[in-house]
Amino acid sequence: MHYSALKVLWQGLTGNKGWTEVWREPDPKPEYDIVIVGGGGHGLATAYYLAKEFGELNVAVLEKGWIGSGNIGRNTTIIRSNYLLPGNQPFYEFSLTLWEGLEQDFNYNAMVSQRGIINLIHSDAQRDAYARRGNSMRISGADAVLLDRRKVREMCPFLDFENGRFPIQGGLWQPRAGTVRHDAVAWGFARGADSRGVDIIQNCEVTGFQIENGVCRGVETTRGVIRAGKVAVCVAGSSSRVMAQAGMRLPIESHVLQAFVSEGLKPVIPGVVTFGAGHFYISQSDKGGLVFGGDIDGYNSYAQRGNLPVVEDVCEGGMAIMPMIGRARLLRMWGGVMDMSMDGSPFIDRTHIDGLYFNGGWCYGGFKATPASGYCYAHLLATGRPHETAQAMRLDRFITGAAIDERGAGAQPNLH
Amino acid sequence: MIINHPLLGPRDAAEFVIKGDASLIDRPDWQIENAAEAFHEYLFLRDNPAGEHRELWYHEQGDRSWLVVTRNTLTHEVTRVEMARDVARKARA
Ligand SMILES: Cc1cc2nc3c(=O)[nH]c(=O)nc-3n(C[C@H](O)[C@H](O)[C@H](O)COP(=O)(O)OP(=O)(O)OC[C@H]3O[C@@H](n4cnc5c(N)ncnc54)[C@H](O)[C@@H]3O)c2cc1C
Repeated sequence: MHYSALKVLWQGLTGNKGWTEVWREPDPKPEYDIVIVGGGGHGLATAYYLAKEFGELNVAVLEKGWIGSGNIGRNTTIIRSNYLLPGNQPFYEFSLTLWEGLEQDFNYNAMVSQRGIINLIHSDAQRDAYARRGNSMRISGADAVLLDRRKVREMCPFLDFENGRFPIQGGLWQPRAGTVRHDAVAWGFARGADSRGVDIIQNCEVTGFQIENGVCRGVETTRGVIRAGKVAVCVAGSSSRVMAQAGMRLPIESHVLQAFVSEGLKPVIPGVVTFGAGHFYISQSDKGGLVFGGDIDGYNSYAQRGNLPVVEDVCEGGMAIMPMIGRARLLRMWGGVMDMSMDGSPFIDRTHIDGLYFNGGWCYGGFKATPASGYCYAHLLATGRPHETAQAMRLDRFITGAAIDERGAGAQPNLH
Repeated sequence: MIINHPLLGPRDAAEFVIKGDASLIDRPDWQIENAAEAFHEYLFLRDNPAGEHRELWYHEQGDRSWLVVTRNTLTHEVTRVEMARDVARKARA
């Protein structure tokens, strides 16, 4: 069913009785050309682009819970392409251009809102670093504007400009960045894939791989064996657990990241603002809640909940740049499990086992990557070659010495 | 989380810095034949288990000792705390 304003109007006038289900709930077939493990944003986007762009129609997505129950439904919804390194930046810019056309492309309202992001600058050294980053962004075709203090004050008068310890000296602005309704991204991709014949199978946990003579020929699941020409894993925080079933150890640790939402307020924050002297980022949802977060907790965790020291740290970060936040009451907070990689950058690659592919290591920044991750993974699966913007995202990059370390923090996942 | 320090008793985890998997104590020998692969595994690859995990914590805001903490990554429950030097000595013996 094609969605349009006219259809909403007509359905509204006729008692909303004509809506059909958004995707089917099929039973698994015994065999597919491609089986995708994990029905998060990346798995569903992969299925969508496989069907739409690469003509792969015999595809299934296997999800252990319900689609949208993982990080795709838990993140703070920020999209941007303000990376530095050549292994990353063109990929994230590709993703941002896909976001820009996404709602028309998959005919679903994902509330893509390009309200901009400002990374605040608090020192001379930081201004130099952000100027360099801005240039790197522009080389990739992205937009970047270096703001002085006066301009930041005009755009965000509520920030603490009198703060002696962390003076605001300017900002790096990406006007095309913004926020997206995260659940709708999962639903939009699911609907788009399903309508092209992809089977989305929920409550179907992958419990093992069928590897015969070094070739992966299918998966064992809680709903029986499913054979496959290719198996494409993208399970985010569960990456190590799932790949261990194929005997692989990954350059990944799982960590918990928390997010916070305040009570609904009148519009106060125009876009996304990030603190440059600590780790804190904030935006305001269309419902009015302040959506914010900061550092990961720092220890390995699969618990989907964090601890209080980080809550305190995040709130201190908020108070340091916008003291008015102290008047808002916290409504909800939660955690998600991050696949933190050894250099803070992701993987989209084949494995040493023929027919088995891996997509993961997205850390706390994989939401913005969702469309490009799906597109590039689909490209690799369908053509056998990495997409030109994802060539550096290899699993063997630590042995070849080609790490993509934006932070320059080394092999310490909790520092990225 | 509370870490029951063998010398100082129960301490708030916020006093510590976590380094990661306790296997980092067992640094490979740089002179062995496949040292490059051994160091790749040592430095970059992790078991990352869901459940019991042995890990190195440094008591930065305390007595600056290194501890090996056994903790469940599904529940955050700490079940065992040892001095890292004892663990290292025992492994060498
Ligand atoms: C609090 C928080 C804030 C964040 N903020 C941002 C942000 O502002 N911007 C940004 O870009 N990114 C952000 N992220 C990161 C982003 O959400 C993730 O990187 C991204 O969603 C991961 O990809 P995914 O959507 O495919 O993951 P998920 O939605 O987690 O999908 C993985 C799926 O695999 C399934 N699965 C696991 N094991 C199995 C199995 N054995 N068999 C079958 N299925 C299985 C899971 O159930 C899950 O549904 C944030 C994350 C969190 C937790």
